[in-house]
Parts: sequence; C-alpha cells; structure tokens
Amino acid sequence: MSTLVLLTLTGLGLGALYFLIASGLALIFGLMDVLNFAHGAFLTVSAYAAWRTAETVGGTGGLALAALVGTATGALLAIVVELVLIRRLYGRPREQILVTVGLSLAVPALVQAVWGADSRPFPVPDALSGTVGVLGAQVPVSRFVLIAAALLVLAAVNLFLSRTRYGLIVRAGVEDRAMVTALGIDVTRAFTLVFAIGGALAGLAGVLGGLYFGSLSPHQGTSLLVFAFVVVVIGGMGSIPGVALSALAVGLVQQYANYYVDGYGDFAVVVLLAAVVLARPAPRLAGGVA
Amino acid sequence: MSTNPEPNSPPSPAPSPAPNPAPPPILSVRDLRVRIGQSSILQGVGFDVAPTGTTALLGRNGVGKTTTVRAVLGLLPEEGEVTGGTVRLDGEDVTGHRTHTVVRRGVGYVPEDRGVFGSLTVAENLTLAERAGGPHHYDLVHDLFPELKARRAQRAGTLSGGQQQMVALARALLNDNRLVIVDEPTKGLAPRVVTEVAEVLQRAAERVPVLLVEQNLAVVRRLARDAVVLDAGRTVHTGDAAALLADRERTTSLLGVGRHERPERSGQQAGERPGEREQREHATKETT
Repeated sequence: MSTLVLLTLTGLGLGALYFLIASGLALIFGLMDVLNFAHGAFLTVSAYAAWRTAETVGGTGGLALAALVGTATGALLAIVVELVLIRRLYGRPREQILVTVGLSLAVPALVQAVWGADSRPFPVPDALSGTVGVLGAQVPVSRFVLIAAALLVLAAVNLFLSRTRYGLIVRAGVEDRAMVTALGIDVTRAFTLVFAIGGALAGLAGVLGGLYFGSLSPHQGTSLLVFAFVVVVIGGMGSIPGVALSALAVGLVQQYANYYVDGYGDFAVVVLLAAVVLARPAPRLAGGVA
Repeated sequence: MSTNPEPNSPPSPAPSPAPNPAPPPILSVRDLRVRIGQSSILQGVGFDVAPTGTTALLGRNGVGKTTTVRAVLGLLPEEGEVTGGTVRLDGEDVTGHRTHTVVRRGVGYVPEDRGVFGSLTVAENLTLAERAGGPHHYDLVHDLFPELKARRAQRAGTLSGGQQQMVALARALLNDNRLVIVDEPTKGLAPRVVTEVAEVLQRAAERVPVLLVEQNLAVVRRLARDAVVLDAGRTVHTGDAAALLADRERTTSLLGVGRHERPERSGQQAGERPGEREQREHATKETT
C-alpha cells in the first residue's frame, strides 16, 4: 500500500511537470500551428538561470527567487524567439521545424559549453528536502510542491482563457485564426503573448524539474520535451483540460510501469500513446481550448 | 460575354442621367488580379460599391466572387497573392494590407461559412467582435435579433444554421462600419429563414452600404440596387440590378439561370443546417 501511495504521488508530481511543459506546447500549436521543438531549450536555460540564482542566494528564499528568475527567463527567451525567428515563418511549417529543432540542438550545446556536460546538483532547501508520511509512505515534500504548482497553473490558465479578452482571442484563434483577424484583431500580439506564457511555464518547469530530480543537465529539457509531446498528442492539441488529464495519465503510467514492470516506464508511455492514437476515431487536431 | 466593353473602367452608378455627380464609391476595385497556387483566379475584376444601399456581386459558382471578397480583405489562403490591381476603401488604397488593418478602417464581414466560433458562447462571439474606440450597437443587434439576447449564454456551435447566420450578421453590425461585406448569407437556409435574413439585410442597408454575394436571385431582386457580374475571374457586367434581372436573356447568359440552376436555388434546401460536405465542396470550387 505504501509503495502504491509513493508511486502515485511521484507519478502525479511527474505528471505535474509534464503538464507545465505540455500546456505551453498545446497552446502554441493550437493557436499558431507551430510545433515548438525549442520548448525544451527554454526549459534548460531557465533551469540553469534558476540554479545560478538558488546557488547564489541559498535557502527557501533563494528557491523562491530562482523560481521567479526561471519563469522570467523562459518568458523572455520565448518572446525573443517568437519576435526574431518564428514571426517570419508563420504558415511555413517546414522552416519552423528546422528553426526550432536547430534551437533545440544548439541551445543545450551552448549550455554544455558554458557549464559542462555533467549534471549538477540542484540546491534543494532543507524545508523541501524532507518527506511527509502519507498512509505509511514517506513522500518527498517536493512532490507536493510540484502538484500544487501545476494545480495553480491550471487554474490560472483557465482564468486567463475564460475571463480575459486575450484569452477569448486565443480560444477563438484556436478555432479559426483567419476569422479572428477578420474581426479586426491583430492576432500576432496574441501569438507573442501565448509564446511568452508557454515559455514562462517551461521556465517554471525547469525550476521544478530541478527540484524533482535534485539535479540538472544540459539535455534535461530535451528529454522532458519528448514526453510533453506525447502528452499533447494524447490530450489533444489546443485543449488545456485534455492536456492536464493526459499529463496525469502519462506520469502515473510511467511510474507504475517503472516499478511493476522492471523499468519499462518509457515503453509503457509509448504503448499508451499508440493505444490512444489507434483507438481515436478521427484526429483531434482542432478542438476547443476551454 | 462582353456586355460591358471595358470591364475595368469605372461603372456609372447613377442609372438615370442625373445632373449632380454621383457620390464617390465606398469601395473601388480596379483590375484586381489574384493567383492561388498555379492558377490565376482573378484576371481583372473591377467595380464600385456605392456609399449607400446594396451592391450585389453575382456570377456562377467558381467565377471568383469569394476570392474577390477575400482579396479585398487580405484574407487569401497562404498560397494566394494579389498580383495586380488596386482596392480602395473610402478613397484610401488598402491593396495587400493585412486583414485586421482593413477591417479596422470600418469593414464588417460575414463569410460564406459564417465564421462563427462554435466553442464560444453567443455573447463571447459578440464581445470578440467589439472593436476598440467605437460605439457598440448592442441596442440595434438585440432589436434585430431578439433571439440572440435570449441565447447569449449558449454555445454558438449548438445553434441552428439560421441562428449562426444571425450571430455572424450581428457581429458585422455591432460596430460603426463604413461597409459590410456579406458572402452568400442565405446559402443552405430554410425558406423562412432566408426571408428573415433578407429582412435583416434590408434594414442593415439603411444604415451602411452592403456588398452582397448572393445566388438567390429573389433575395438579390429584393435587396440590391446595383449589380456586378463576374465570369471566369473577370467583371463582365456592372449596372442596375433590377434592369439586369428583368433581362431574361442576360441573366441566362451571365448567371446561367434557366439552364443550370433554378433562380430560387436555396429554397430547395429543406433543413436549416447545410450538409458539411456540400459546403466544403462549394468552398473549394469558389477559392480554387
């Protein structure tokens, strides 16, 4: 029983991490039809920026500041990439893929050149390094931090989509971008905003990933991105609640399979993906966001 | 075919030789040429839309009516481009401008497929259409479409085809516009709803000039003062709508009425929701 509780909470923590990455991917794809392979690079750079901050400041306050710095770094990076590179390439999917894949290779290499290829320990403050007893299981506190952060982000994204004018533009744009412009709305501003939100969430995921794994490495973002894409495909491009459920499923399946089927977690995720894709009657590429 | 020897010269909007000069057109299209992929879809479209009343844009399926409207609005598909000609809105050159900048100059647009956001509520569809800086005529919209007020919290995707058309028209009439472009508003609607839409358009045209793409000639007869006829990507006739429709020989040769289609085309549709396939096929024909 205690093993199951530990696996479940760890799986939920991992699912929370996937959700933070995948929700940005889903919004960006849903609104702009851009498959952002550079999303993992945003995460990696943000994680290193957060790591430097946490190392320098130290303690719980240092981690809080690191979370801010990481989130801001992700947002800033995403805005620059959108304005400088992606903006010129709307409607040209091949070039977009080349550019974002290029970034996903170049940025980790750059990070590696600066901070080395070895993974670095992420400073976890004492307050978060302990465990909590839940039904006989000793669950690391950081799992709860991740789950809480993901729930907060889910609520915030839903509020943004349902209560703000830009959220309205995003939901409408996911359905029919051309018609949004035909109402006199400049969707390129919504594009930049959605890219910034996606980058900020990836940045936060970079910080929380450091907390979850206790370490960071130049290729962390890229490997997490693979699972985030799986989550998006299962959950439906452009559907935030779908992505949240799918992230939970992927995180749990991965954890359970890793323990009960001897480390076959990644394989189980692929099986889940195949099962969902084959069982689905028609591609759900266009769906409502909220 | 050559009922007008110079299709791209400005047509004379005044049917009678009035002594005072005609007011300048609200929309003026000259020698518009559009290529989509490898095909030249428009090869010289030119016409004026008068600053009052309704101007009908007519022609058989696939002659370039929707492409013309989309080119005016900068809404061509990715592989499409304007290769020549000019579009002037209230005297200002807007050729090749981005869609939202053209629309913000005061254009309301009701596309062929209505463009209603199905996952948004009726109220959200209208909120989205509110343009900054101008009054929003909710009083007018609720007066014209009392049903939409009652259904404001309903998702637009669950409305009937006729109700969705009301949402689309309401969005176009919400703002102070200088021109409203309506593309086949009665297509696929039941005869009773066609009458309702025509009444709304008639009232709209009292406030704002309307460019109307329409296949239902009964609707055209009721609403339009001027008519522009396209064939194979060119303007082949401009002039008084009533005179054109009264000329059976001309309507047959220009619009194919009597040979290919019955004039009350949309009256044949029994249901309110058109078949999606038919709509897609139609759209493909129109834009490619």
